[in-house]
Amino acid sequence: MNKILKFSTFAAVAALIGGMTSAAMADALTIVSWGGAYTHSQVEAYHKPYTKMTGTKINSEDYSGGLAEVRAQVEAGNVTWDLLDVELSDAVRGCDEGILETIDASMLPAAPDGTPATDDFIDGALTDCAVATIVWSTVYAYDTTKFPAGGPKSMADFFDTSKFPGKRGLRKGAKPNLEFALIADGVKAADIYDVLSTSAGVDRAFAVLDKIKDDVIWWEAGAQPPQMLADGEVVMATAYNGRIFNAQVAENKPFEIVWDGQILDLDLWVIPKGSKNKAAALDFIKYSTDTQRLADQAKYISYGPARKSSSGMIGNHATAGIAMLPHMPTAPENMKTAILNDFEWWADHADEMNERFAAWLAK
Amino acid sequence: MAVTATTPTADDIMLDASGMPLKQALAIAERNKRRKALIMALPLLAFILVSFIFPIIQMLFRSIDNPAIHDNIPNLSREIQDWDERAIPDEALFAILADDLRAAGKLKNQGKVATRLNYDITGSRSMITQTARKLKKKTEGPYKDWFIGLNEKWGEMRTWVALKKASQKYTASFYLNSIDMRYSETGKIVAQPEERQIYLTLFWRTFYISIAITLICVFLAYPISFLMATLPVRTSNMLMILVLLPFWTSLLVRTTSWIVLLQTQGTLNDLMVYFGFIDDENRIQMIYNMTGTIVAMSHILLPFMVLPLYSVMKTIPPSYMRAARSLGANQAYAFYKIYLPLTIPGVAAGSILVFILSVGYYITPALVGGRTGQLISNFIAFHMQKSLNWGLAAALGGVLLAAILLIYLAYNRIIGIDKMKMG
Repeated sequence: MNKILKFSTFAAVAALIGGMTSAAMADALTIVSWGGAYTHSQVEAYHKPYTKMTGTKINSEDYSGGLAEVRAQVEAGNVTWDLLDVELSDAVRGCDEGILETIDASMLPAAPDGTPATDDFIDGALTDCAVATIVWSTVYAYDTTKFPAGGPKSMADFFDTSKFPGKRGLRKGAKPNLEFALIADGVKAADIYDVLSTSAGVDRAFAVLDKIKDDVIWWEAGAQPPQMLADGEVVMATAYNGRIFNAQVAENKPFEIVWDGQILDLDLWVIPKGSKNKAAALDFIKYSTDTQRLADQAKYISYGPARKSSSGMIGNHATAGIAMLPHMPTAPENMKTAILNDFEWWADHADEMNERFAAWLAK
Repeated sequence: MAVTATTPTADDIMLDASGMPLKQALAIAERNKRRKALIMALPLLAFILVSFIFPIIQMLFRSIDNPAIHDNIPNLSREIQDWDERAIPDEALFAILADDLRAAGKLKNQGKVATRLNYDITGSRSMITQTARKLKKKTEGPYKDWFIGLNEKWGEMRTWVALKKASQKYTASFYLNSIDMRYSETGKIVAQPEERQIYLTLFWRTFYISIAITLICVFLAYPISFLMATLPVRTSNMLMILVLLPFWTSLLVRTTSWIVLLQTQGTLNDLMVYFGFIDDENRIQMIYNMTGTIVAMSHILLPFMVLPLYSVMKTIPPSYMRAARSLGANQAYAFYKIYLPLTIPGVAAGSILVFILSVGYYITPALVGGRTGQLISNFIAFHMQKSLNWGLAAALGGVLLAAILLIYLAYNRIIGIDKMKMG
């Protein structure tokens, strides 16, 4: 039965996409990322110089996250993506599920001062199957015109609708709202995941969310919160810091980021298992994650490089000409109360928390 | 009886031009015709088989298929079935588990086992991966105390009961999960804890929202179709274009237009504030909730109701109504007695189209549904794309498929599918 099913899937998928893939050449790489300003920063910093240097053509495709497509390709035995940009939790889960190639971190180039790559990357940036490129964070931002008397300063303010009235935008999902709720309730950054590991802690987080439930508009795509803020639909919203930066700089919106309680996460390169161009994909990873290339990317978007040695090389924005460092989640000024997303905890608890969250939401 | 069956003699048989018995010639011609029809339908049949039948069979198979633990730690999966569930297993079973996990770790399959067990026991994922990692260095027993010392969950009954259930080759646990049930610590089927119950609520919501949308569509489409069927061609063509224009516009464009119109800072609220119907502070929330889903979906599905209704109404001669009036019925009675029954096939066709389409609708509720307007399809997509729990996604799809088939059968009993008419 299983074999027949596998064969039929393969036949169906092959019949549908076979025509498209046959045109792909061996000397081209298909690289998949999140689109928008973020893909633009990768094209400028990695793709263009790489093509210039090696002659390898790069097809850039967009996706909206998740491993469903990769798993479908791997199971059908017809992998058309060579490299993709994923979140940490997906990098770990994909590796667990055996749908990603393992990557030997020792092949990565050393820092300019000779520090080996394994020491140069920040903690957690190298996993069995993935190499990190950037550090991004979920923060909250508000519209300064809505609070002429002074805006919110802390995570607690976000959950205080009597002090700062108005609708809030939050990501529709348990992560990272549970962390935010506990920070607002006074839990120390270092204790967040210990508290969340107890059922009383989870109840406590949901109780905090209960306080603003009726004032929340939920978002799903990263592009939504800046739009909601611009439309006046909400007065403050959690968002990915790069999206808010883009609205501030490229669109001159009067938004202000509150860095208190920001939750850091990573984006990483992974190679789907069975990629037809694995060697070329590995070569591209080596090239794009060296010190210079990671620093280059920071010229286009306000995400921090995953190498320590790149930090000193961050300059000004490519077109707006402003200094990028203060806008990085990794800037010392912004890091004071930052929390590193605990992917182990989320890999263990995501299913239960998402079900609880969905049940809570529907009530 | 006067007529008796007689075998025709050779002279009675009618022959065609070539001398073949006519009956035989007809049979051959008929057979050729059927074969030709079959050949012409063959591409479609093949297409349906590949793109429709096989995926459905595959989905149904996936909803019970449970290879993750069974295939990757095979010896334990076999031996644990004999365990009596009275006390924590003895050293022998721990040793088998250790060997299996070590072997799985070499092939990098421990993650699959871990992910699968984590569906049933939250937190067991890290327990498995951590144990498999440590087992690389621990090459010989005794294992039992070592396991429990590593992670106390190994010393809990529920871990082992769950492992026994989850290691069977086929499982009902995805179906149980999809109707808010689960296996308890003692292996009995019980309801999920209340804070995790979502799917039944979502199934009910999906059905009553779909029924509401169907009713709204009938209500809106009936007068329009009537006008289109009775007005002069020039005007009715104009109306037809108005109905079809949104039909030709991208689904996303139409959905986002509703966002622009209905959001709290949107056109409709602005107008109501401007004319003083509501205060600026009390703008009405009309989108990102169930209202948004119903409004946007009714608009999107309206043409599916208008078109069958129109084509049925077009075939009703106006003389019927005139005849009823001339026989003394007033307008309302004539409509109720003559016109309405004649349009029922159109209403039936439109209703089943709209209902079935809305039960499976995904993108519109995802965009405008907010908190209270999400349908079951959004959660199937969630498990397909985000949680990667394809077994659960398949089981949810299976339940939905079964429900639709039941409704279809009931519909056939009550209204009769042969009465349905597309025109």
